[in-house]
Amino acid sequence: MSIKTFRQALNEALHLEMSRDKNVIIFGEDVCGGTGGTGEKDAWGGAFGVTKGLLSEFGPDRIMDTPITESAFVGAAVGAAMTGLRPVTEIMFVDFLGVCFDQIFNQAAKVRYMFGGKADMPMVLRASYGAGASSASQHSQALYPIFTHIPGLKVVVPSNPYDAKGLLINAIRDEDPVIFLEHKMLYDFSGEVPDEAYTVPFGEAGIIREGKDVTLISLGKMVNVCQEAADELAKENVAASILDLRTISPLDEETILEFTEETGRVVVVDEAYPRCGVAADVSSIIVEKAFSDLKAPIKKVTPPHSPVPYAPNLEQAFLPSSQNVIDAVKEVIRGEK
Amino acid sequence: MQLSRDELLSAYQTMKTIRVFEDRVNQEMGSGDIPGAVHLYAGQEASAVGICSLLDSRDQIASTHRGHGHCIAKGCDVPGMMAEIFGKQNGLCLGKGGSMHIADLEKGMMGANGIVGGGPPMICGAALSAKILGTKGVAVAFAGDGAFNQGTTQEALNLASIWQLPVVFAIEDNGFAEATSSEYAVAGDIVKRAQAYNIASEKVDGLNFFEVHLAAKTAIERAREGLGPSLLQIKTERYYGHFSGDADTYRSDEEKNEMRQNKDCLKIFRNKVIGSSLLNEKQLNDIDDKVLELIDNAVKFAREGAEPNLEDLTKDVYLSY
Repeated sequence: MSIKTFRQALNEALHLEMSRDKNVIIFGEDVCGGTGGTGEKDAWGGAFGVTKGLLSEFGPDRIMDTPITESAFVGAAVGAAMTGLRPVTEIMFVDFLGVCFDQIFNQAAKVRYMFGGKADMPMVLRASYGAGASSASQHSQALYPIFTHIPGLKVVVPSNPYDAKGLLINAIRDEDPVIFLEHKMLYDFSGEVPDEAYTVPFGEAGIIREGKDVTLISLGKMVNVCQEAADELAKENVAASILDLRTISPLDEETILEFTEETGRVVVVDEAYPRCGVAADVSSIIVEKAFSDLKAPIKKVTPPHSPVPYAPNLEQAFLPSSQNVIDAVKEVIRGEK
Repeated sequence: MQLSRDELLSAYQTMKTIRVFEDRVNQEMGSGDIPGAVHLYAGQEASAVGICSLLDSRDQIASTHRGHGHCIAKGCDVPGMMAEIFGKQNGLCLGKGGSMHIADLEKGMMGANGIVGGGPPMICGAALSAKILGTKGVAVAFAGDGAFNQGTTQEALNLASIWQLPVVFAIEDNGFAEATSSEYAVAGDIVKRAQAYNIASEKVDGLNFFEVHLAAKTAIERAREGLGPSLLQIKTERYYGHFSGDADTYRSDEEKNEMRQNKDCLKIFRNKVIGSSLLNEKQLNDIDDKVLELIDNAVKFAREGAEPNLEDLTKDVYLSY
């Protein structure tokens, strides 16, 4: 066990799985970053350095740069997964997936069902997501609700290095298509990560902390925001539980409902847009299945229904903050029926 | 012509099976017992059979919304296909896919596809598998003149070329993308566009089985030897409208009559093999009888099939969830 960054944890997961199974291959935008050039052949190792070093270890038949043609190479991942390989593709930003929705929504997600269960689709599509780097409206979105909407896809959004490694290994070993989204502001975030291979199962929320007064339900980088808020609330004798959803398709409804029953107060904190987002979805499930457990209306903490702005002050105002979470918790406590 | 008598008989039988299958599906549509729409392949048989008769179990094909012919040519079970189109439990995909999503991965048939241009990127992946796993397999993407304009197809041409993938792009140019003529909608020239990607390309008379077969043989061998992708622009004819309910008024009656009279790849095949004494009339007529019986039985199989079980509605969305 040692302290590793989120980036190192992901790299280790890829390294271990490529060593374990020769059918695991990687291709995507600048996953080497240097093919055909006169300099270093893996100059980039992915836009965020996650695949750095894999080229020298596994060679150019196992990890390949692609042209910036998401439709072609995500489509190729679909075809490769149907015919014996286990491709892990990388798209720099989840925002770019708009140009290959067909390959994801209509091909990868549907093949098993349409063909009567006679096809496997062991592909993983990794992309960065999230705001906080002044990357503006087309490089900062938290688009996971769009994929969660589609039956046939699994959607993973890790919040810490330990989970990132275990969830990615689980994703690579899964026989269904997995959309694996990494918050770009988490890559340098460190935590304890075992050296060996291990899996974190899908559909099991992480319990970050337990407190009797309120449950904060969150995912990805917003889990950190919830932790900051919970630390502050503790000083005021408000004990918060934090659930880290980890995967939103499948979703751990059981744990959500269990904590709703235990605390009776829920705040859902989500970086996705408010309409049809994870916060809305989780809230609707609680209202439908555990209304009588609620001591007060659920509060959702999300960005506004607005594109992500560029200027740092606007971007910070866009993002849910720990203060927003604290305010929401206090409102839920005050609003007790 | 290097085809043996058995190969010729087999090619004719497969082409005839496609024709009779499609004519019969069209007829059964009238009964109201086929639930969805169908896009019929009749008229284009020489393309599917000219290519797929050269493929074996290592090889993969990706198909289109007009996929019945490709399925039959790649060896999919004909009664199972008919049952799938009828939406029955005994269909090839258990009634979950229907006409536009017939697939049989064990036969190397990666699926008809409801999205125009859906196949070419996918076939690059199948070719990548063949290359990395060393199967010596070849991957063929069938796509129409409409799909050729899609960005997906252009991106796939680029990827197949830079990765030197064992792919054959079979562009079936039947002159119409839905109701819009390729004369109007395709800028420039299909073969020249592919050549610009450094892909060996040629235009082929898709009404002539032997011409398709010859060109496909070269392209498939090129792929199998690791020499990269090829493209064939197969000039062909679509007998029916875009889909089963299409009144097809955008083509003149004169044009359609001329097509049925003089541009029938099956008639052309018959005339060639009989004219050169390779096969005789009786051999071909015997096949016609056999095919009629097969299709009759396929419809019977489909009609007698049970509806899918309601409890299977959410089965196979995932392997595990």
